[in-house]
Amino acid sequence: MIAETGLAALWLAAALAALQLVAAWAGIARAETDLVRLVRPVAVTQGLLTGFAFLMLMLLFLRSDMSVALVAQNSHSMKPWLYKFAGTWGNHEGSMLLWVMVMGLAGMGIALFERSLARDTHIATLGAQALISLGFYAFLLFASNPFARLDPAAADGQGLNPLLQDPGLAFHPPTLYLGYVGLSVAFSFAVGALVTRQVDAAFARAMRPWVLGAWVMLTLGITAGSYWAYYELGWGGWWFWDPVENASLMPWLAATALLHSVSVLATRDGLRAWTVMLAVVAFSMSMVGTFLVRSGILTSVHAFAVDPRRGSFILILLALYIGGALALFALRVGAVREGNRFEAVSREAMLVINNLLLSVLLGLVLIGTLYPLLTEALGTKVSVGPPYFNSVAGPIALGLMVVLAIGPVTRWRRDTLRSVARRVAVPALVAVAVLATVLAWAGGWIGILPLLGLVAAALVGVASLAPLWGRNLRRTPLFTYGMVLAHLGCAVSLAGMASESAFSVEKLVAARPGDVIRTAGWTVRFTSVQPVAGPNWTAMEGRFDVSQGTGKVQEIRPQARFFAEPPTNTTESALLTRWNGQLYVVLGDSLDDGRWQLRIWWKPFVTLIWAGGGLIGLGGVLSIIGRWGRGWRRLRRRGQAESYA
Amino acid sequence: MRSWLLWAPLGLFVIFIGLFASGLFQPDDRQIHSGMLGKALPAFTLPAGASDRPGLSTADLKTGKPRLLNIFASWCVPCAAESPQLVELARQGVTIDGVAIRDAREDVDGFLKRWGNPYGRIGLDARSALQLSLGSSGVPESFVVDGKGIIRYQHIGEIRPEHIAVIRQKLAEAAQ
Amino acid sequence: MTRRLSFPVMLASMLAPILAPVLALSPVSAVAQTALPPAPYADTQLEDPALEAKARDFMLTIRCVTCQSQSIADSNASMASDLRSEIRTRIKAGEEPEAIRRWLIERYGNWISYTPTADPVLWPLWAAPVVLLLVGGTLVGTRLKRRKRP
Repeated sequence: MIAETGLAALWLAAALAALQLVAAWAGIARAETDLVRLVRPVAVTQGLLTGFAFLMLMLLFLRSDMSVALVAQNSHSMKPWLYKFAGTWGNHEGSMLLWVMVMGLAGMGIALFERSLARDTHIATLGAQALISLGFYAFLLFASNPFARLDPAAADGQGLNPLLQDPGLAFHPPTLYLGYVGLSVAFSFAVGALVTRQVDAAFARAMRPWVLGAWVMLTLGITAGSYWAYYELGWGGWWFWDPVENASLMPWLAATALLHSVSVLATRDGLRAWTVMLAVVAFSMSMVGTFLVRSGILTSVHAFAVDPRRGSFILILLALYIGGALALFALRVGAVREGNRFEAVSREAMLVINNLLLSVLLGLVLIGTLYPLLTEALGTKVSVGPPYFNSVAGPIALGLMVVLAIGPVTRWRRDTLRSVARRVAVPALVAVAVLATVLAWAGGWIGILPLLGLVAAALVGVASLAPLWGRNLRRTPLFTYGMVLAHLGCAVSLAGMASESAFSVEKLVAARPGDVIRTAGWTVRFTSVQPVAGPNWTAMEGRFDVSQGTGKVQEIRPQARFFAEPPTNTTESALLTRWNGQLYVVLGDSLDDGRWQLRIWWKPFVTLIWAGGGLIGLGGVLSIIGRWGRGWRRLRRRGQAESYA
Repeated sequence: MRSWLLWAPLGLFVIFIGLFASGLFQPDDRQIHSGMLGKALPAFTLPAGASDRPGLSTADLKTGKPRLLNIFASWCVPCAAESPQLVELARQGVTIDGVAIRDAREDVDGFLKRWGNPYGRIGLDARSALQLSLGSSGVPESFVVDGKGIIRYQHIGEIRPEHIAVIRQKLAEAAQ
Repeated sequence: MTRRLSFPVMLASMLAPILAPVLALSPVSAVAQTALPPAPYADTQLEDPALEAKARDFMLTIRCVTCQSQSIADSNASMASDLRSEIRTRIKAGEEPEAIRRWLIERYGNWISYTPTADPVLWPLWAAPVVLLLVGGTLVGTRLKRRKRP
């Protein structure tokens, strides 16, 4: 019954989405005031129904109902509670239901809480949201029904691969999904505004919290994914420019650009057409990413876990929605009144350069990712990998950093080069000091990108605090703190990246218990190898006593694990985190003579990479709170003013 | 703003959709083909890979008669799966030389005892050196080599019953 | 052998979560690849740090043949470790990385090099940053100029 109830809720939600679309259209095109009153309650109900359907699926997983095909294929009655729970979205159908639910709840949020937008635009936005949801309902109900029954029921499930049974599974998929779907809201706002031709500051203010929220989720999802890869992979890398990684980076780049252009539109009523365009591009990048991953048209490590039929479905949705929105853009944007003009030296101009560089970066990642597909159509196989991306994206990212240092201290409307130069003088001096220190102290050439990376990190690190100089810190708005924190996070993360690539020390060595390895100021004493057993694995566990210089001795235990079901060998690297870096030890193969292959890295300040990502996300959260607070106060004031009138 | 510029994003998007669609519908070819076809075999000398067969060197493959060079390993499951086809080819009179990759002689002996031994000579390529210089990207793989030691054809993956005819045909072409 | 749950795979697990076939087919998760211990220089560094750095930088740009989307420097596949050994041995013998790259491309095609080569089919890739910056810069530039007060 649970499965049938869930399916019924889903069908009902789909029908309501259709009603929502029709009512919104009737309201706007024909001014049918009776129908239009339906739109908001219908949106709320639709959101509740999708939430209900998702809860039903979760219940099925928690109860291990093996008469449901999806549960039987992906779960097991003996699985720990957490993985039954996370297993709900750890599969294609469940993740699509999560997508639809987030979309439904977002629609509900727009219907309930949006107050500042013009009524017509509000209705049109909800109509657009209904239209997108309809496509995904169709996808879910016709091509990936999560509630399909299995007859006869399975005795027990096939289980979740032991490799996926990591707490990370409970956190990462929903985070990235919230980001992807959040961008669909921005897209709906843009379409709504195009329909009613009201692209203005109110529109930007309404859209901003959604963009911020999606962007925070994407930031956190990517950061966490990168750290997970770093500790799981066992080779010390944290970003590989794989197509699937790029698929998550592209929406982030678009969302970052959108975030900044929205702020120009909200503050100075400029960049109207461009902001709308970016909102469309950002959601299209979410869909392109989903398509690339699920269709398997690009060679990635996971490339065969795909279904071309689903790929075609997503491609059709992509073509309809994005193609439709771009056509609407071309037809309507000419009718949007041109926004305010701006000076060459102004905050607006800096934000435009920021957008230019982010867009170029996005374009390069897109081209580099798809290029192998293009040449394959022409009959040659090529690889575009880290060397290309690093060499083209590196310099542009450094340019962005320079703009990032200058932008926040430049005034809106109009500023002079001289006063801007005066304000960035201190950060620039610090950067030069860092340059001199690194050159003098590093004892060798560390490479141009890492060197400039360290310098830029110093520049931005100091400059990002500049908006707080000489201000009353208690009266500074929360969103200013948010911006400062996010920019500081960029500097912190960049410092970690540059330090990791410049100063990492690698030691590959074959050793037997009793041996002492000295590397990068560390003493690593290999004491023993012990067999150990976990719930569903056995392992050889290396014991190491390590100490830095004359410091305290600590024990770390990297493992080489063996899972019997399915038979898989894995390595569990051991990480020892210090304030100034991480020691990374991997137990490799055993050799014939009783020695073990060891891989040891000392990575100075590598943790800053993810700490920076966390700071960026935190900055975003502060901004959302700050903006909401201000919006709320403004509304309350307006309410009071009305009651006086 | 000029109106054609407004349509440019849609135009670009259509190009991307076309690219995606072509990627979706073009046959999936993930195999990495060797660039050594039509070129002479690299020079090599390998020690014997099995107790009862001699080792293999370049000279052994330049005998004026086309041969099949089969890359296999005792630890590789598809290699066991293709062995009936190799035995059948040998029965039909095809000369097959084997290269055992990352293997040990006693393991190869066991493998041949169990699955049959179609090989005239077997070289032991303990570090994949020959495999790398042939441009081979996995095990098993088979190369048709003509009488002058020129590589004529590469078969990637195991030889299935339906591939026997193709292999025979390529050998016949190499004989001309 | 490592748990091949690299970032790509993890993302795939979120976005295309039909992972069981992936891990079953993924070449490295098959347990026995070989009975032999790794080749001499597969996981042993060259004695000369300068040569080792040269080899390391080069290996990061060579794609692993059996594992689709990793460099040989980050892979546990046995062919990758044999190729690492081969490369270190050659660099120790004084061969230049670019000569080894040519040798590999002759055998495996452009595909094996993560660094795009000078092949004409890759020229547009190198032109892309310049073209994008010029187009974008022109758009921004003309608009800024128009926006200056008369």
